[in-house]
Amino acid sequence: MESIPVEHGLILAAILFSIGLIGVLTRRNIVFVLMSLEIMLNAGGLAFIVGAARWGHAEGQIMFLMIITLAAAEVAVGLGLIIQMFRRYKTVDINVLSEMKG
Amino acid sequence: MQELIWLLPTYPLLGFLALVLTAGRLPKNVVAIIGAGSVGLSFLTAAIIAAQFLASGEEYFIKEVWTWMAVGGFTPGFNFYLDGLSLVMMLVITGVGFLIHLYATGYMADDPGYSRFFSYMNLFVAAMLMLVLGDNLVLLYLGWEGVGLCSYLLIGFWYTNPDNGYAARKAFVVTRVGDTAMALGLFLLFAELGTLNIQDMLHAAEAEWEIGNGLAVAAALLLLGGAVGKSAQLPLQTWLPDAMAGPTPISALIHAATMVTAGVYLIARTHILFELAPNVQELVGWVGLITLLMAGFIALTQSDIKRILAFSTMSQIGYMFLALGVGAWSAGILHLMTHAFFKALLFLASGTVILSLHHEQDIFKMGALRQKLPVSFFSFLLGSLALTAFPYTSGYFSKDEILIAAHGMEGPGMIFFYGGVFGAFLTGIYTFRLFFIVFFGESKAAHPPEQEYGGWNMNGPLILLMILSVVGGFIAVPLDPLFGDHEEHHISGLLHAFMIAVPLIGIAISACFFYFKIWSVEKLMASSFAQSLHKFWNSGWGFDWLYDRLFVLPFLWLARINRADIIDSFYGLVVEVSRAANGMIVKTQSGYLRWYALSIAAGLVVLITIGVML
Repeated sequence: MESIPVEHGLILAAILFSIGLIGVLTRRNIVFVLMSLEIMLNAGGLAFIVGAARWGHAEGQIMFLMIITLAAAEVAVGLGLIIQMFRRYKTVDINVLSEMKG
Repeated sequence: MQELIWLLPTYPLLGFLALVLTAGRLPKNVVAIIGAGSVGLSFLTAAIIAAQFLASGEEYFIKEVWTWMAVGGFTPGFNFYLDGLSLVMMLVITGVGFLIHLYATGYMADDPGYSRFFSYMNLFVAAMLMLVLGDNLVLLYLGWEGVGLCSYLLIGFWYTNPDNGYAARKAFVVTRVGDTAMALGLFLLFAELGTLNIQDMLHAAEAEWEIGNGLAVAAALLLLGGAVGKSAQLPLQTWLPDAMAGPTPISALIHAATMVTAGVYLIARTHILFELAPNVQELVGWVGLITLLMAGFIALTQSDIKRILAFSTMSQIGYMFLALGVGAWSAGILHLMTHAFFKALLFLASGTVILSLHHEQDIFKMGALRQKLPVSFFSFLLGSLALTAFPYTSGYFSKDEILIAAHGMEGPGMIFFYGGVFGAFLTGIYTFRLFFIVFFGESKAAHPPEQEYGGWNMNGPLILLMILSVVGGFIAVPLDPLFGDHEEHHISGLLHAFMIAVPLIGIAISACFFYFKIWSVEKLMASSFAQSLHKFWNSGWGFDWLYDRLFVLPFLWLARINRADIIDSFYGLVVEVSRAANGMIVKTQSGYLRWYALSIAAGLVVLITIGVML
């Protein structure tokens, strides 16, 4: 079977990571920020998978499983925080959370 | 028993500690027992030690207690040195000091600061004893500064009146000028001679320096600076009259009998140094002569009873300096002792007068107190006679010796002699001016006294001091082995008669003015010249005015233009830079999550780029 070149996989991961980062930096809705974070996490996971396929190691896949677990936990905590935030500020605009200024 | 000499300053020091640590919670009679009793115990011990010392016939006695500090070759000790000079001083300090303490138990009876007063007094006596008994100049300096501190505390004793605090500050700062000179003198002596033990130092100086050596002159000059500051001699005399702001027993103890004579003691103690620098020794004589004449003129014009006595003290210390200047060391110390008796008597008696008249100090608001205040009257009579060197009172013997020694001196001896005689003439006038105005004439008191203030504890010391003032001149001071046998000077009988007569003429003139009223002061004061002269003398020859212009105002001016503090502006700059940097860094803390995330990402990119490039 013709294997996908490792560069292609890594470039895809990089593109995904950049999209996620741009989402984190530009979106105001905190739900979208959380989603962008997920994209970044998965971009990282993709890079691990590509690496594991290239060198034929299982550690990359194990790391990906861990990332999925971590993402699940992160979403649970993150969504909880979002609900708290919405209760308190009646908005999901992330810019209101700037009280730690200066 | 001589071994117990360390007990002398210990008793008053313990008294001080007891009074200070109880902070005024003790009842007054307990305070009086501790305060006066500790000094009384010191006097008893001193008397026993003195008797044994004189019986032993030794020249000196050293008691080493402990080494104070040891830094290289510099090992001043808490060692006591007893010889004829410190013997006289210690007896005067504890003896007269005890009488004054006893008097003060009555004088201060109504004062709320009773315990504080006696704690300072005890500390003073302890420090003064350290000053005269220490065997090295460091210990002497400790006592020297200790008495200066107590003087400050006691002048400003009634601190609720800012004037008293100001007077205390003035005394402290002015004497500090002299003390600085003295400290420099000690540094010089240590650097050159390698020791500050007085006897070793003097022997080393004698061995290493010939007469007129520049270093000896410098050291003697610096020590003289300290002495004139403490003893209120020209040019550092301005603090003494203001020091009268303190309670009257303080004026008697510190500013008449003991502390102000510390300068005389210092010069007598280091007299070998002054003999190596004859020019400085002559300068001592000149300082004494000018001060005694100036203070005599000032005293003629004063109206405050205590200030008259203060200027008289200044003048009498001038005589002591004159004696030191002509090399009549024993005569100077004898005058120190007799002066301690009659001046303490005069001050204490003036205290009784002041209290009897409800704190009136202006002599022109007294008058006709002879019958009302008999004890004060006799105290003043005998004290004034002794002060004017009336024949066979105590002051007569000491002043006689000084003037005869001055007469025998080469060079300026004649000026010293006639100046001193003229000073005695002034003394006669101003002393009896005070005496006649206060005790004779018509009563001008706002509140005429009902009866004389004071019980046995105030009158007893007065009576004892009266006796001492009269017979004190017969006390033989054991100073000859210390200062060497000076050749006896003799002057012709006619000159001697002249010397005795001059103060009596002064008294007679005073009587013509103020007792018989043959001559009138008003007529004398009619011309404008006389009035401006009176004003000039009354202001103390304008010295306060001069020093204000020379030192105080320039200092205030400097303080005013430097209000922003030039040196501080550098440190202010450091603060400003930190603050500006802080302001810039604070801007990065925007509080926006995206901003932090961007920073992390950008930083990561930069780091990775660097990692890849390298």
